[in-house]
Amino acid sequence: MKLNGAAILIECLIEQGVGTVFGFPGGAVLPIYDELYARQDRIRHVLTAHEQHAGHAADGYARASGRTGVCIATSGPGATNLVTPIATAYMDSSPVVFITGNVPQSLMGTDSFQEADISGMTMPVTKHNYLVTRVDRLADTLREAFYIARTGRPGPVLVDIPKDVQIAETEYEPLSGEALIPRLSMKRAMMQLRPEGEALERYKIHAEPRLEQAAQLIAEAHRPLIYCGGGVIHAGAEEALLALAERADAPIVSSLMGLGAVAADDPRMLGMLGMHGTHAANIAMQRCDLLIAVGVRFSDRALGNAEAFAPGAKVLHIDIDRAEINKNVSTTLHITGDARVVLELLLSRVSQKHHEQWMQQARSMAEEYLSDDLFEPRKILQAMAKTAPRMTVATDVGQHQMWTAQHFPFLRPRQLISSGGLGTMGFGLGAAMGAAASDPEGRPVALVTGDGSFRMNLTELSTLAYYHIPVIVVIFNNGTLGMVRQWQTLFFGKRYSQTTLDRGPDFVKLAQAYGLHGERVHTNEGFTAAFERAYAAGEPCLIECMLDIDEMVAPMVAPGSPIDTFCLN
Amino acid sequence: MNTNPDNLKRYTVGVLVDNEPGVLSRVSGLFSRRGFNIESLAVGPTQDAEISRITIAVLGDDAHIEQLVQQLYKLVCVQKVQVMERHNAVERQLLLVKVAADPAERESLMRLVDIFKAKVLDVTRSSMILQITGDNEKIGALMKLLEDYGIRELVRTGVVALERGDGVMTPDLFD
Repeated sequence: MKLNGAAILIECLIEQGVGTVFGFPGGAVLPIYDELYARQDRIRHVLTAHEQHAGHAADGYARASGRTGVCIATSGPGATNLVTPIATAYMDSSPVVFITGNVPQSLMGTDSFQEADISGMTMPVTKHNYLVTRVDRLADTLREAFYIARTGRPGPVLVDIPKDVQIAETEYEPLSGEALIPRLSMKRAMMQLRPEGEALERYKIHAEPRLEQAAQLIAEAHRPLIYCGGGVIHAGAEEALLALAERADAPIVSSLMGLGAVAADDPRMLGMLGMHGTHAANIAMQRCDLLIAVGVRFSDRALGNAEAFAPGAKVLHIDIDRAEINKNVSTTLHITGDARVVLELLLSRVSQKHHEQWMQQARSMAEEYLSDDLFEPRKILQAMAKTAPRMTVATDVGQHQMWTAQHFPFLRPRQLISSGGLGTMGFGLGAAMGAAASDPEGRPVALVTGDGSFRMNLTELSTLAYYHIPVIVVIFNNGTLGMVRQWQTLFFGKRYSQTTLDRGPDFVKLAQAYGLHGERVHTNEGFTAAFERAYAAGEPCLIECMLDIDEMVAPMVAPGSPIDTFCLN
Repeated sequence: MNTNPDNLKRYTVGVLVDNEPGVLSRVSGLFSRRGFNIESLAVGPTQDAEISRITIAVLGDDAHIEQLVQQLYKLVCVQKVQVMERHNAVERQLLLVKVAADPAERESLMRLVDIFKAKVLDVTRSSMILQITGDNEKIGALMKLLEDYGIRELVRTGVVALERGDGVMTPDLFD
């Protein structure tokens, strides 16, 4: 059938199984929104208040569901508002396809109204991007974009479509199944599907020598430690990882992005590694003699001082992205490939080991907390987990994010939605919205945010209210940009430059202004009751927790220090 | 990236890329944002209309080069990357130089032209344009000598290189 470019775009989204898109209309995407209007029974569009949060919503949708998220914005400022969400998705390897309109090609390069070179601007923060110049290339470009976004190490792909391409018509033939896999000139490593059948046999032959050497390293180790990252979740390798941990008799530590891959209550799980890692995780890292790192990129926040990191350990690094090997940490041995495939192949070569003493030693280093009645972050998070242990929890960025990572016991992959790499304040509400919208059962999602972060995205309360998206916003209000204040306290002589937020708004009244229920709590009992009510109601709402301005995230390792040297306990 | 100045070497890297708009910008952008130290970059089409070839001369240590190659492979437009060893590759670049040349100095300049197998492309009463091809060392040596006459303007193409022998660089085909 003959369709215009805008209609082909929407048909291609439907072809990819996209049920929900997030976006915001504008001049250069009018034809696209017109075709959306015509197909509103086949695809849902969530209109946000700002393009940035549509981008984060598509990202949150992808992180929570594992499906590719989609976001649409207009040219110029609409497109530039996506730069932060694109970079956020890129740093955390989240599969999102961003669609932007652009001015007609006849006007491109003339500084025309709402013109921006968004493909040029986003080159450094996309896995790949396209400027579509011909309508007859549009469908295949979109199929490539989806393929690239979700395969290999996932990531964002941007497709910029000039308005004349949206209007031009061409023949469109719907495709499905295998036919949707694009005929790229080559399927590079970064875009490979998990190998199956014949491809798996070839991969086995290719990886065999390294698998043997890896098994040897594990056989020789006395104090093995597994370091689990977001790649484990992307690959669905959680079970294989745990099986390997049991076989090698190794404890496990996690990066921020890996939390939930192994349940927090698993006896092998020592918690998060790094600047705000647990004692047990950080000390085990410094004492292990074999580090099995899976789906991690050795972020500086996890490493501390790279030179002093895991000083006595041989490093076995398993990752799908060859460029991560030897980037921040030199490895003894690496295996490049899909984490699940590699771990399953490795498992069959490893015999049962017993390291009781090491396991006991590793576990014995866990922190102990005083029990008192103070109203503080840890108790809020524990109360949330008690009410809804498996609920999806999104965060913004700052102290509340680290407290959530430390104290909410994540039990399943994709339970924590957080901006790890880019550390984007303002990520949370959009991401929580997207996560909630991705759940066919419509279960509530919690957003843990701070008063600082929330001021960056609170405009999206209108979106929650309009679509009844069940996000429970839990604000840790300590009247400050807490993480920056913490650094000012520790490293800048308590000179609190521009971090005190003594200026409102009244978040409860704000919630009410958007037609949402809001309440303010000052006690553990008050919070527990409010949260239980909110969870049962399944409607968007806001709970503001009044916290002490000087509460700090501990433990803490000063940046660039060895990760077993804590500056806060 | 951390750099240990003692281990810096000059590498020549050949890159086959899709012949598409924006490719050069993707490749050069990658170098600048990852902090690679580029000495020169030369690009041109190949016998296959769909493929261009980029030659990059880069300063770094082994770890840099490993990163550079792997990061290049992450670009969708990059088909093949080859790090060429100096002893196993032929390298050339072309230099055009406008050098001050009074009639009195022309004679001695012409002797240099002979020695370096350069070509004279233009002569005026006070200057000459010379063309020379060679590797970095040869071009460097001539430039040094020309400084005595006065270099008014010069342009270099940057290094291009091919590996010696029968082997050819073709796109990797993964599947």
